Amino acid sequence: MRRLGRVPYADALDLQARLVAERQSGAIPDTLLLLEHEPVLTLGRNARRENVLIPEPALRERGIAVFETGRGGDVTYHGPGQVVGYPIVELPPGRRDVHRYVRDLEEVMIRACADLGVVAGRIPGLTGAWVGHQKVGAIGVRIARWVTSHGFALNVSPDLSPFDLIVPCGIRDKGVTSLERLLGGPVPVDRVLPRLADHFAAVFERQAQDAPVAPLGGAR
Amino acid sequence: MTDVIMPQMGESIAEGTVTKWMKAVGDTVERDEPLFEISTDKVDAEIPAPASGILTEIRVQPGTTVSINTVVAVIGAAAAASAAPPAPAPQPPSPVVPAPPAAAPPAPNPAVPTAAPVSAPAAAPVAPPPAPAAPRPPAPATLPARPTPPALAAPALVPAPVAPAAVPAPPPIAPPAAQAAPVVPPPPAPPAARDDARPQADMSVDELRQTRSSPVVRRIAAEHNVDLNAVTGTGISGRVTKQDILTHLEGRTASAPPAADVPAPAALGATAVAPAVPVVAPYRPGERVEIIPMSPIRKRTAEHMVLSKRISAHVSTVWEVDMTRVDHLRQKYRQAYQERSNVKLTYLPFIVKATIDALKAIPVLNSSVEGESIVFKKDIHMGLAVALDWGLIVPVVRNAEEKNLLGIAKAVNDLAERARTKKLKVDEVQGGTFTITNPGVFGSLFGTPIINQPQVAILGIGTIEKRPVVRDDAIAIRSMAYLSLTFDHRIVDGSDADRFMAHVKKGLQEFDENAL
Repeated sequence: MRRLGRVPYADALDLQARLVAERQSGAIPDTLLLLEHEPVLTLGRNARRENVLIPEPALRERGIAVFETGRGGDVTYHGPGQVVGYPIVELPPGRRDVHRYVRDLEEVMIRACADLGVVAGRIPGLTGAWVGHQKVGAIGVRIARWVTSHGFALNVSPDLSPFDLIVPCGIRDKGVTSLERLLGGPVPVDRVLPRLADHFAAVFERQAQDAPVAPLGGAR
Repeated sequence: MTDVIMPQMGESIAEGTVTKWMKAVGDTVERDEPLFEISTDKVDAEIPAPASGILTEIRVQPGTTVSINTVVAVIGAAAAASAAPPAPAPQPPSPVVPAPPAAAPPAPNPAVPTAAPVSAPAAAPVAPPPAPAAPRPPAPATLPARPTPPALAAPALVPAPVAPAAVPAPPPIAPPAAQAAPVVPPPPAPPAARDDARPQADMSVDELRQTRSSPVVRRIAAEHNVDLNAVTGTGISGRVTKQDILTHLEGRTASAPPAADVPAPAALGATAVAPAVPVVAPYRPGERVEIIPMSPIRKRTAEHMVLSKRISAHVSTVWEVDMTRVDHLRQKYRQAYQERSNVKLTYLPFIVKATIDALKAIPVLNSSVEGESIVFKKDIHMGLAVALDWGLIVPVVRNAEEKNLLGIAKAVNDLAERARTKKLKVDEVQGGTFTITNPGVFGSLFGTPIINQPQVAILGIGTIEKRPVVRDDAIAIRSMAYLSLTFDHRIVDGSDADRFMAHVKKGLQEFDENAL
């Protein structure tokens, strides 16, 4: 597990691409990256442009970058206060099922929420961790030769207003929320990270091990 | 010749969309080198070539969705090709038999466009036997049935940018007030309760809405000719969020009563408190008395209590509950809660949890009366009466049904603490949908509390103490408590109330340890 702190989206993409190649070649073990992004809108492979509700220049003015990216899913927002998890994991033969993988990521977020006092769940037919009709954790995944990248994003304490700029994940009739809003008080990201790491390890039957924080662009 | 098939990426997955070819017809491909990309629901996957050779044919173009096992391309044995292994084992979907997914509910999948030739049993001995018998699940359902891939998106399936049915702003429902004249309008209490009453329409709030609603909201409002003031705002300061306006456009907004309906506090003061005064002079001139004006909180409490008694038909029912198990669980987990989360685990969170479960089972207890209608509240905002030196205050745990025991315990601790230190915010004492009060802390066996309007019931917790009780024809010592429910008999019948209490009792006596 590597905690990377606040990372610009482009850097995280590069890092993932490198780690995926290294994982595929067996050079590194399964890795979970935990980080936050600078404000950014990302469009999945299936994203519809009309789900971004304001023009790109206006976004740039607000300091929000836009990326098209190779994960599944529609458009979403990342920003400070949202914990993003990128598992670079080779799914073992018994787990080579993308639905199972997505369900497992949901499980990790749902368990972490429970530790903080929030009952999150699933909505049949939709992806993510939900509290009522509001999404607290989103998922968008890429799998290449059963090595995963991209992953999940749990809203701990982000500014939720940028979600107003988009139709998150293309779902129009549901809202987004955060742990902080649900609990009505500050929730430090640092308290959530170990919970996510532990549950990830449990759900994926791995031993969690802190890896040195990789300087971006540097060596492992 | 090797057929390249749409792999099955999971047992409940019946189809996939080709999103990109990394190779063109005529290219040489190496076995295991990325050949194309597919997309299923939330997941994109890169698929390697099942064999080495020359890509001789691409049958499925990007943007097309096909069933699993459909042949999407053909790799021809190149002259130069390393006549590779005969059974290429292309990314076997997994050797497991694709059993029909037990859990996957069938989804009405919009048009599975089986564009390309369906499956290819004849084609070649490709790795996984084309699952001859495998009944293909109608459609995966666990993930959002992405309506259609962009390319072949039947326009009809693509949701229009904004709810197309541009419903004109539904006329605000006429305030129910007119019904029975003298009866006071709605309660004085929560002027800005988020869900049940909308913020008082004073200028500043209106302005806030206008100015602080996001450009998107204003744009949508303008497009649909909606007056933002007619939309119930759930955002900060009553701000209209995008969600609000979309909901509004769909006509689902339970439109709030107009401003005129909000009772003027002054008028209430007159009706609620004043009448008591002229009846009998409470003291004679010269009598030794000390006159102290009521504090604002006292005045409000007085108004509210009298008002509630006038509005609701109060009836109480009392149940005896064995709290031994809860006491045991509390002892067992107290330290862990303290250490792990710095939360004091009292009885109250257990009772709140059992009450929430009972409210879900008997929803009429989580409702209110509006005119001649019953408004069922879908969210449970749990009011907890806290007695303070200077009066009674009822902080609210919002969306209590979304919290587990730890979350409830934290919220209870936090609200009680801030109530004591006078740090509660206004909106934290408003909008409750049900209330629990705890006269037991003072030793009372049980109370018959007054309903906190506009709610329809209130649960009172009596003192919890060890008592001799009969268990299996023997006298045992158990931790016992009386729980009383006062309910509004206008809409809650005795049977509802007692079913509710039976639920609470069972929930406490058989409290699920997994919830801790």
